[in-house]
Amino acid sequence: MSKQVKAIVIAGNGTNCEREVANACRLAGAEVADIVHVAELLAGRVRLDDYHFLNLAGGFLDGDDLGSAKAGANRLLHAPVKGSQEHLSDQLQRFVEDGKLVMGVCNGFQLMVKMGLLPALGGEHRKQSTTLTFNEGGRFEDRWAYLKVDPQSPCIFTKGLEGVYLPIRHGEGKFVADSAATLKALEDKHLTAVKYSDAAYQAPTMDYPLNPNGSQNAIAGICDESGRLFGLMPHPEAYVHRTHHPRWTREDDLPEEGMGLWLYQNAVRFVRENLL
Amino acid sequence: MAWRIVVGLKDGVTDARGERVRREIGHHLGIELQNVRTLDVYTVDALLSEEEVEAAALGPFSDPVIQEVAINRPLAHDFDILIEVGFRPGVTDNVGRTAREAIQYLTGRKFQGGEGVYTSTQYLLTGGVDKEAAEKIAAGFLANGLIQRWNILSADELDPAMGVPVTVPKVTSDVQPVVQAMDLNVADEQLLKLSRDGMLALNLEEMKTLQAYAADPEVRQARAAVGLGADLTDVELEALAQTWSEHCKHKIFSARIEYTDETGKQETINSLFKTYIVGATRDIRAKLGEKDFCLSVFKDNAGVIRFNDDWSLVFKVETHNSPSALDPYGGALTGIVGVNRDPFGTGLGARLIFNTDVFCFASPFYDKPLPPRLLHPRRIFEGVVEGVEHGGNKSGVPTVNGSIVFDERFAGKPLVYCGTAAIMPARIGERLCHEKKAQVGDHIIMTGGRIGKDGIHGATFSSEELHEGSPVTAVQIGDPITQRRMFDFLTIARDRGLYSSITDNGAGGLSSSVGEMGEDTGGFELHLDRAPLKYPGLQPWEILISEAQERMTLAVPPHNLEAFMALAAEMDVEATDLGVFNDSGYFHCLYEGKTVCYLSMEFIHEGVPQMVIPARWEPKQLSEPELAQPADYNATLKGLLGRLDICSKESVVRRYDHEVQAGTVIKPLVGVANDGPSDAAVFRPLFDSFEGVVVSHGICPSYSDIDTYHMMACAIDEGLRNYVAVGGDVEHVAGLDNFCWCDPVKSEKTPDGEYKAAQLVRANKALYDYCTALGVPLISGKDSMKNDYQIGDTKISIPPTVLFSVIGKIEDVRQAVSMDVKRPGDLVYLLGVTRDELGGSEYYASQGQLGKNVPKVDAGYALDLYKALNRAQREGLIASCHDLSDGGLAVALAEKAFAGGFGIRAELGKVKTDGALREDKILFSESQSRLLVTVRPEKRAGFEALFAGRDAALIGEVTEAPVVEILGTQGQKLVSADINQLKEAWQAPLREL
Repeated sequence: MSKQVKAIVIAGNGTNCEREVANACRLAGAEVADIVHVAELLAGRVRLDDYHFLNLAGGFLDGDDLGSAKAGANRLLHAPVKGSQEHLSDQLQRFVEDGKLVMGVCNGFQLMVKMGLLPALGGEHRKQSTTLTFNEGGRFEDRWAYLKVDPQSPCIFTKGLEGVYLPIRHGEGKFVADSAATLKALEDKHLTAVKYSDAAYQAPTMDYPLNPNGSQNAIAGICDESGRLFGLMPHPEAYVHRTHHPRWTREDDLPEEGMGLWLYQNAVRFVRENLL
Repeated sequence: MAWRIVVGLKDGVTDARGERVRREIGHHLGIELQNVRTLDVYTVDALLSEEEVEAAALGPFSDPVIQEVAINRPLAHDFDILIEVGFRPGVTDNVGRTAREAIQYLTGRKFQGGEGVYTSTQYLLTGGVDKEAAEKIAAGFLANGLIQRWNILSADELDPAMGVPVTVPKVTSDVQPVVQAMDLNVADEQLLKLSRDGMLALNLEEMKTLQAYAADPEVRQARAAVGLGADLTDVELEALAQTWSEHCKHKIFSARIEYTDETGKQETINSLFKTYIVGATRDIRAKLGEKDFCLSVFKDNAGVIRFNDDWSLVFKVETHNSPSALDPYGGALTGIVGVNRDPFGTGLGARLIFNTDVFCFASPFYDKPLPPRLLHPRRIFEGVVEGVEHGGNKSGVPTVNGSIVFDERFAGKPLVYCGTAAIMPARIGERLCHEKKAQVGDHIIMTGGRIGKDGIHGATFSSEELHEGSPVTAVQIGDPITQRRMFDFLTIARDRGLYSSITDNGAGGLSSSVGEMGEDTGGFELHLDRAPLKYPGLQPWEILISEAQERMTLAVPPHNLEAFMALAAEMDVEATDLGVFNDSGYFHCLYEGKTVCYLSMEFIHEGVPQMVIPARWEPKQLSEPELAQPADYNATLKGLLGRLDICSKESVVRRYDHEVQAGTVIKPLVGVANDGPSDAAVFRPLFDSFEGVVVSHGICPSYSDIDTYHMMACAIDEGLRNYVAVGGDVEHVAGLDNFCWCDPVKSEKTPDGEYKAAQLVRANKALYDYCTALGVPLISGKDSMKNDYQIGDTKISIPPTVLFSVIGKIEDVRQAVSMDVKRPGDLVYLLGVTRDELGGSEYYASQGQLGKNVPKVDAGYALDLYKALNRAQREGLIASCHDLSDGGLAVALAEKAFAGGFGIRAELGKVKTDGALREDKILFSESQSRLLVTVRPEKRAGFEALFAGRDAALIGEVTEAPVVEILGTQGQKLVSADINQLKEAWQAPLREL
């Protein structure tokens, strides 16, 4: 493999954010940021193995008709890749075992959770132990949220960050664990990388609208124990430039780069340092 | 046997959906329930093993963390009443479709014909509810009888072993396809009956034209040669009715109008459309010369203008009023995914970048008895908002601009305007992307969804008033995901140059799409039996005119056919070869090899007789009210801020994803707390350029009650004013007009037709006058002319309403300006002149008055002001800018202040007025072409120099103290109100909706 950071964004069947995710990867320094329709993966023409950084973008896979990302997870698990004995999920498993990076945003996060890719406690990547369900308010919402970063989290993507301000745009973003034990394990291992917080990133909050969906422990995103698999409901790709900020016309000291870009820069740095 | 899988939340998990339903039942029906829980039911009618069904139930159908499932047994417990709501046979069931696909992936087997999955929802009610109340809840809120059915069981009626009896809403039909010959050689009365009974919506003159065509010996001879008799077939009659419908042919806008003005002067107008709309654009383009930025106007599904050397902008706004009246959710959802197909199918195809939506409703708090068949305005509100939410969000298109307008008359028909913009490369290879043409020999390919009975007679239905017999088949439910897959596929096909032409299947279905594309070559041969159907039992004429959604028609050259079909198969999109385009001169349809329709292209497209409509303008005798000045200006201002037309629409805006695609630079909600009302949206469509698209609109039906001429002028000015407020370039801007009228053709049902027609003429005259004067070409538009309700003696006609949408360019999005005040000490300037123009204003309406002095627009004055503002924005002189509209200066000052989180101190004595005006008139006048701007003190000199000789009055400044303080002309305190209280008054009314 040449010395290029290669990111892939899977598209199709209802993904909506593939273009801006690819743009974020490029801005963060990835030399390759391909948008690949899932049909091309299933046709066997493109293989996950040729990339370092897999992005599962936001959207409404199959309309979220069976619950967010449920039908999408089912497809990835069961759709065969043409001309081979494997399913797409086998390629994905290999990708994870190879020490590569996966980030799921919004519907992509829902997909990872429902496939069992997250939190994958004990390294079990096929068992669902947490979920993202209907917002406490029962409605889809688009609003910006403050996220406090856990500095002790193994998460590759949030390394060195204290807080980020990003938009959420979802109807099913309420994080729920299947048991108190799971929740405790997530917290003890610092896998709950980002939490909804006050504007000063001081403390997680259960107060609406700062916590827009009523997530348990104000959890907005989690990683696995390796820190290389990460998913979150807010959209980092939607804040990569100053003009994405909802108050850019009034906050004069906003830097040119948006806070969401930091997550992608961390990913690209990791790939360069560890995978090339 | 059908399997029944029931999915419910585990005990202890909050049922947000159930809770919302409980609340809404309280609001709508006044029934306060203790608790509502919900269960999802999948009725799987397919040959599957028990293991397979269990794998589906525990896999894709449920979430193990929060849900439990039951197969072939009930899950319901601890309830008083169970209501199960499912679709009627044949209604689009998106979840059922996805569930079926999920099972196919799981088992690796395709479903056989007739197999399917059907979804329904069980509502478990507790708390003092009997079956009678349950019936009311089901019929009045949970279900829409047109598309859904329900089953009500009390707790003791539920079989503990079997659960709710299984119903499989499969379409069953043993109907054989037949083609009927229709004898038109009958008396006039019979002709009209034929039109009425067949939902053809053709008038006597049109029916007689068909009669004469069928009787023409040459026609008879040609028909005999293809095996047809002398009588027209039902397929032919339906094709003609669709093509000639008001909806498709715009007969009123094409009519010859005999207009008499108030002085008795007579004038003949040969087509409003050609004279005023096409005429305006033609004249403007001629004047622009080399600077003309129009690329494709009026001839395609949407208008196209230049964006830059490499990219072009596409825009279209549609209405979906009639279907939304019957089924608000399905109607609005179909509206948005339907208008998505217009820009997508313009030229060779475009990528969608944003949606806009404007709704006109009666008050959701309407508390009078409703005439039959009308849904309560709150249900309409809820359903429409949710339909657009699902359509827009799921399609990945941000909704960036819109508004909601209220008037009691919209109870008769709500207006649902949905717009979509798109961007296309200027060229695809050697070809200009905004042009297309089907070639002789190209195959007719239909892609996307399948054909069902949904939407049959949609075009003719919307060409009539809402009446007792309005058809239920006109209701459709959109399927955003099937459409998304088709768009993904067609975008690749476009870039590979695989087709010659593309258009969408909207009103009129294949009849319209193939019929129009066939004009390129001069004929076609269409095999109706080859079309893929959702279920058997459709007649040939139904296949031809069905408006089943998510379908595009393409012209694919023979040498590309194989590649096109292979790509479709790989991307799991259905594509079917239905025939060929030729130059036969005939609209030729066959069924199983036999000709069932053979009409000359010329007759079907040009044969409709021109209507003649009388119009007589008599200004109403109106007067200005004599009102006392408000005793408490604070209370008056708060009252205005809480009026439905003015108050915050945040609860709706937040339900729309307005940021997907990461291009929304000026969002609908702005300011220090992200909740101020933006004037317009700025969108950056390309990641490698800071050039932006600006979109806004104007709409002011309340002025129509005085004079539609000035209503139109004000709508144009409002649209442009909003556009320029954020920084839109007034020299690179185009408009779209969407007329929604009540029937303007004088008849027994419409005795005041001459007046309504004159209102239409006057609006069109203003459209021409102001667009040409302002240099805003019209690039597309639409009209919906029968927005009346008539059952028995009750007739409700909407106020004449035009939505004027504006799209254009900003050279650099970093120069965009938002409406919120930015910092204390900034200077507040009012641009423009304030006049005694409160006719049709919110202030008068709040006191039950209409008035007479409708606002008037001076186009030359406005344009000069807007150009100066553009320069000031480019030079960075403007800190904030907000347009003055409903509620005038007082409302604009309040909105600017609370959006920015600071106070404003302003003096009415400094306002530039036309003559001496009373203080309440200065505060609440709705004079046009006015904007409030704030300027940092260090930019004062530059700003004032630029506006020297123009009306830019320094009326106050932004204050640290969070108070809006307005001093009267004598320096006395008129208004002194805390911005948080003002904001609360503005946010409260629709917060919970």
